[in-house]
Order: sequence, then C-alpha cells, then structure tokens
Amino acid sequence: MTEITAIIVFSGLALLFGLLLGYTAVRFKVEGDPVVDKIDNILPQQQCGKCGYPGCRPYAQAIVNGEVEINQCPPGGEVGMLALAELLDREPKSLDTNLAEEQAQLLAVIDESTCIGCTLCIQACPVDAILGAPKQMHTIIAQECTGCELCVAPCPVDCIKMVSIPKTVTNWKWSYPSYQY
Amino acid sequence: MSEYLLIFISTVLVNNFVLVKFLGLCPFMSVSTKLETAMGMGLTTTFVLTLSSVSSYLVNEYLLVPLELEFLRTITFILVIAVVVQLTEMIVHKTSPLLYQVLGIFLPLITTNCAVLGVALLNIQQKHGFIESAIYGFGAAVGFSLVLVLFAALRERVAQAEVPEVFKGAPIALITAGIMSMAFMGFTGLIKL
Repeated sequence: MTEITAIIVFSGLALLFGLLLGYTAVRFKVEGDPVVDKIDNILPQQQCGKCGYPGCRPYAQAIVNGEVEINQCPPGGEVGMLALAELLDREPKSLDTNLAEEQAQLLAVIDESTCIGCTLCIQACPVDAILGAPKQMHTIIAQECTGCELCVAPCPVDCIKMVSIPKTVTNWKWSYPSYQY
Repeated sequence: MSEYLLIFISTVLVNNFVLVKFLGLCPFMSVSTKLETAMGMGLTTTFVLTLSSVSSYLVNEYLLVPLELEFLRTITFILVIAVVVQLTEMIVHKTSPLLYQVLGIFLPLITTNCAVLGVALLNIQQKHGFIESAIYGFGAAVGFSLVLVLFAALRERVAQAEVPEVFKGAPIALITAGIMSMAFMGFTGLIKL
C-alpha cells in the first residue's frame, strides 16, 4: 500500500511541478534578445556600416554573439564605446584605429554642376538625406546628413565632397552626456 | 525573536556551511576567481537557498509526513530544488538579462550545490519550523556568499603575489581556504545554542 501511495504522490508532485514550469515558461517567455535592444539603444543609429555590418542592429547582434569587439563604431566615439563596456562588463578598448577616427561633424556636398543624375548616391544613403530623380540634379538635405561618407564611393563622377562643419556659435551644442541606465 | 537572531548568526558565522560544515565546496573553489562573478553567484544562491529551504519544508511537513512517506525525502527535495532553480533561471532571464548573462552556467549548477540539499535535510533533522527554516536557509546562504566574496577577494590578491611554482593555482587556493576555515573555527565559542 505504501509503495503505491509513494508512486502516486511522487508522480503527482512531478506532474504539478511540470505544469508550474510549463506555465512559467509561457508567462516569462523572452522575446528576442533584450541585450541586443540595450546595445542598439546605445549605438548612434547612423546605420553607416563602418563596423562592417549592414547597420547598427546587426552590429549589436554581432557584439552579443561575441563576433566583434565593442570598439568598431567610430560615430559612437569614445563615449559610446565606454557605455558599451559598462553595459556588457567588458574591458574598455580604444577605438579601432583602422577605422576612421572620431572627427568633427562632416557634411556631404554635391557639386551640382557635375552631377549626372544617376541616383547611385541616393541608393547608398542610409538616412534618405539625398533628394533627386533620374537624369535630374541631386542635392543633399543638410539637416538629415549624418556625414557617414557612404555616398562618396558609388558616385561615378566623383562629385560628392565631404566638408567639415566648423563649430560656430549657432551650431555648437553640449557634448552628449555619458549614458545612464 | 532573539532565538531567530541566534539561528541566523550561528549559521552565518559559527556553523558556516562552507568553512565549518564543508558543504558547497565546488562553487566555492570554481566561482571564486573573480570578485564580481562571486557576488552574482552569492546573490543567486541566497535567493535559491532561501526559497528551496522553505518549499522543501512545506513539502515535507504537509505532504510527506502526513502520508508517512519520509523515505522519499531526499529524492523529493532534489526534485523541489531542481524546480526552484529552473524557476529562478526563467524569471532572471526575463527580468534581468544582464545578470543572466553574467551568471551563465552557474545558475543551473546551483542544482547540484550540496549546500542546498544539505540545508533542506538539516532543517528536518533539527526540527525547524517554517520561519526557522526560512532563516536557516537565508543564514546559510549569507554565510556562503560572505565566505565566497571574501575568498574571491583573497584569490584576486594572491593572483598578483609571487607564489612558488609548485603552489600556483589550485594548491595555494586550497591552502588559503584551509587557513580561512581555521580562522572561522575561532567563532565556535561565540554562541552556545
């Protein structure tokens, strides 16, 4: 008799715990990878591709997978790298010097007399900052341009130049605070 | 009230699970190389140990004893502990993904931490009530975390020191643990229960 009770009690207990775990698995289901979201929030969202990945989110995913170091993002600069190091509890590393170093804000300018209207730069621009149509002159919306230089290479007539914007009283602003979380 | 305080202090210091009862030595040796992981491990163990101590008490008191199935105690407690650890893992994964990443493999490893089963069984042996079980589990976990963090700090220091070639790594860690254990023996006269 005791043996049967023992079997029933133990099976019942196991079944109960199994149901509990099953419920918790559904209730606390983790959608996506929250760490990727947090890294993505720190990255500057210029989608410039300088890190070698097609955008900020793929780079964030690659960091989580351990494929790359955290120092591959020149637009994010020193501050962004330190924020990543803090978030992921990794050793801070200075920015990869093979990549363009942190520099003054750049702006792409199209030499409008040379432009042949090929739309190649429009397709390359990650932030839709170039306005134009086939066989029509293109121009750059200065407020939208992030200075990522991706439009320079595709231009067949080399009519795009990067100019640095000098800091003046009108465009100076406080440097970004280090990220809080 | 003072009785609870006595139980707490005696489990943390006098009857420290790691250094006096020699339970839970595997995480003590393996997770103590970095101070930060040691803290994370201590935190998780505290949570799991308190919860499993209470729940195994409940299962024993309201299921095994009334049905006279005390012989199922060990295997039932192992089941309870495994479930508590699994629950903790799922909840931590959802609520604190970074802590989850830091803890990594250590979280499931708590299942096999002998201190956890030890606490559950000692609760029964010493005829603890509900609150006493909770305090006993919590005290054991605090003692474990305290010793783990202290030991991790020591090991970080020892890693910098000039240790003779033959003693490098595990041997010097074991010697350090032995000396710490002797130091904790000094608490023996602190409380008489």
